[in-house]
Amino acid sequence: MKKLASFFLTAVVIMSVCIFPVSAQDDEIFSDEVVKYYASLGLKGTTINVYNWGEYIDDEEVDVISQFERLTGCKVNYTTFESNENMYSKLSGGGVSYDVVVPSDYTVEKLMEEGMLEKIDFNNIPNYAKYFDSEQYGYLLEDEVNGEKIRDYAVIYNVGTTILIYNTKYVKEKPDSWSVLWDEQYKGKVLMFNNPRDSFAIAQFLLGQDLNSTNPADWDAAAQLLKEQREKVQPSYVMDEVFVKMESGDYYFAAYYAGDFEVMVENNPDLDYVFPKEGVNSFYDAFCIPKGTQNKKGAEAFINFMMEPEIALANAEYIYYATPNKAVMENDEYSLADSKAVYPDEGDIAHSQVFHNLPNDTLQYMNTLWMKVKGGNNSEWVYKAFFICAAAVTAIIIISVIRKRKMKKYYDV
Amino acid sequence: MKNSSVIQKLINAPYILWSVLFVIAPLIMVIYYAFTDRTGAFTLDNVKSIGDYLSTFILSVGYGAVATLICLIIAYPFAYFLAHTGASFQRMSVMLVMLPMWMSFLIRTYSWMTILGDSGVINSFLGRFGIEPLSMLNTPGAVILGMVYNFLPYMILPIYTVMAKMDGSLIEAAQDLGCGKLHCVKKVILPLSVPGIVSGITMVFVPSVSTFYITQKLGGGQINLIGDVIEGQFQTANNYNLGAALSLLLMVMILICLGVLGYFTDSEDEGGVLI
Repeated sequence: MKKLASFFLTAVVIMSVCIFPVSAQDDEIFSDEVVKYYASLGLKGTTINVYNWGEYIDDEEVDVISQFERLTGCKVNYTTFESNENMYSKLSGGGVSYDVVVPSDYTVEKLMEEGMLEKIDFNNIPNYAKYFDSEQYGYLLEDEVNGEKIRDYAVIYNVGTTILIYNTKYVKEKPDSWSVLWDEQYKGKVLMFNNPRDSFAIAQFLLGQDLNSTNPADWDAAAQLLKEQREKVQPSYVMDEVFVKMESGDYYFAAYYAGDFEVMVENNPDLDYVFPKEGVNSFYDAFCIPKGTQNKKGAEAFINFMMEPEIALANAEYIYYATPNKAVMENDEYSLADSKAVYPDEGDIAHSQVFHNLPNDTLQYMNTLWMKVKGGNNSEWVYKAFFICAAAVTAIIIISVIRKRKMKKYYDV
Repeated sequence: MKNSSVIQKLINAPYILWSVLFVIAPLIMVIYYAFTDRTGAFTLDNVKSIGDYLSTFILSVGYGAVATLICLIIAYPFAYFLAHTGASFQRMSVMLVMLPMWMSFLIRTYSWMTILGDSGVINSFLGRFGIEPLSMLNTPGAVILGMVYNFLPYMILPIYTVMAKMDGSLIEAAQDLGCGKLHCVKKVILPLSVPGIVSGITMVFVPSVSTFYITQKLGGGQINLIGDVIEGQFQTANNYNLGAALSLLLMVMILICLGVLGYFTDSEDEGGVLI
């Protein structure tokens, strides 16, 4: 009897844990109207495949994906990538079908150019007109690719800039230029992007070039500058490790993305930032729907859902990048609204430039140069060492052959 | 067993299918990509541009060779002494050697970053005695350490297996015939353990030459080996063709290295020279 009672008790406890939070959440986050809207879309039983950047959606406070699944009944297959190039090569390789992808500016253009994106039906995204701050961010989507407006194909998720982060404990004088990353007194204390486009951009700013230059001579000059930096300062080329390395105080400077500064400074208050005077790269990441989508309605519902004020706020608080969502900016609870790193003043980023898609030849040339920059200037001694080793191996082989023959003779006799 | 019955064929079928699907087919794809351009037309440009990366190739082989040598020097005596201890101690030690392999390779490498860093475990310990932090991360030494640490079990286990199976009476016979201890190791134990050494070298050398994760994390992107270049071609440059051409050359280069190794070990069987 006792066993039975305890069994029932356990069952009751488990069930209450399972049921109550969910039923309580129903009206805690969304209004009835919103709940009804998503229920009326008829997405129950369907699936969408979302391909997003890593760590680029809130899964702690609100758990955006399960909320979407709860409201629509549509299952989300969520996968992540770490770079635009990575995503592009998976998408263009075929064999995979995604319904929502989140490329950055220049990759949106590349995908459009190659006809890999579907036009978005904004009737299915009512939140766009309501919440997207087109006055401030609309200009990013004004360009045309193949005679089509980018804004018909992309819904901006986040915007941001690059930034120079430094540790005030070791760097007494506030820097104002990217050139500090070439200063020999900070040898071994500099972190650079481990991707060609962002790293080249820093050199290009110093040279006063257009980031989207197609002139090989420009790229040669930028590569030369990066090589010089590699020899003089020996920077580390990193991406995500930047957090550990800057927070621990091991490194004094890092070029990285502005939103991530706010993450780092929470863990190491010695850090500060500057927008270098030569300019910074401003970028956006946008939701797009690739050609070949199996569930366009579901994809549009997902994009719309990401613009719901509650969801956009949760994401903005989680990601730390600037959101183009008006409802979030007007919300007093939003903790980053006053951050000048995330939302810089006009004057701070007066010389900012945007990446555009580069022709294949230029991209390939840039990548070759990048490999040379990273390969460093070691070819000469490597060759020397190789020849010495090769000579030694050949000598050993010859000696062993001779000895073997001698042995053979010996046994034969 | 010589006549290939239907059952024999059926048993073999999955393995043949496996190797066709996952060994032969990818190899053909690598060769195909290596000799074509973006549009799929035949070209030798990829092979020609390999020249730019020749020094990186040689550097990678150098790193791999050094790591392999260090692994061998550590693993050989270790395996020898392990094979000559009590059974329960052996079991436990082998377990301990394997234990790190149960954790993700990525996590193990990543944690070395926090051990070697300027404010890492070692340096904060040294700092207590007023020693200035040594910069150990992003050096060739850190990369070699990462390789040795990660691949050492692959050297220990095959050598240990050979040592454990070694016929003790052969060693006794050598000693009975007046062979000194050192001479016994040189003339009896070492030749008998060659198969273990060869598979150990292969299993350490090949992943060391082609690694990219270790160099990225422990070399801070400053030490660029061929694995990094190939990874970059696929992940960022999106140039599958050059990536495939480089992979092909890497394969050929490893084959040559193993061929040289094989030459030495072949001569071993005939009672020839030592390595």
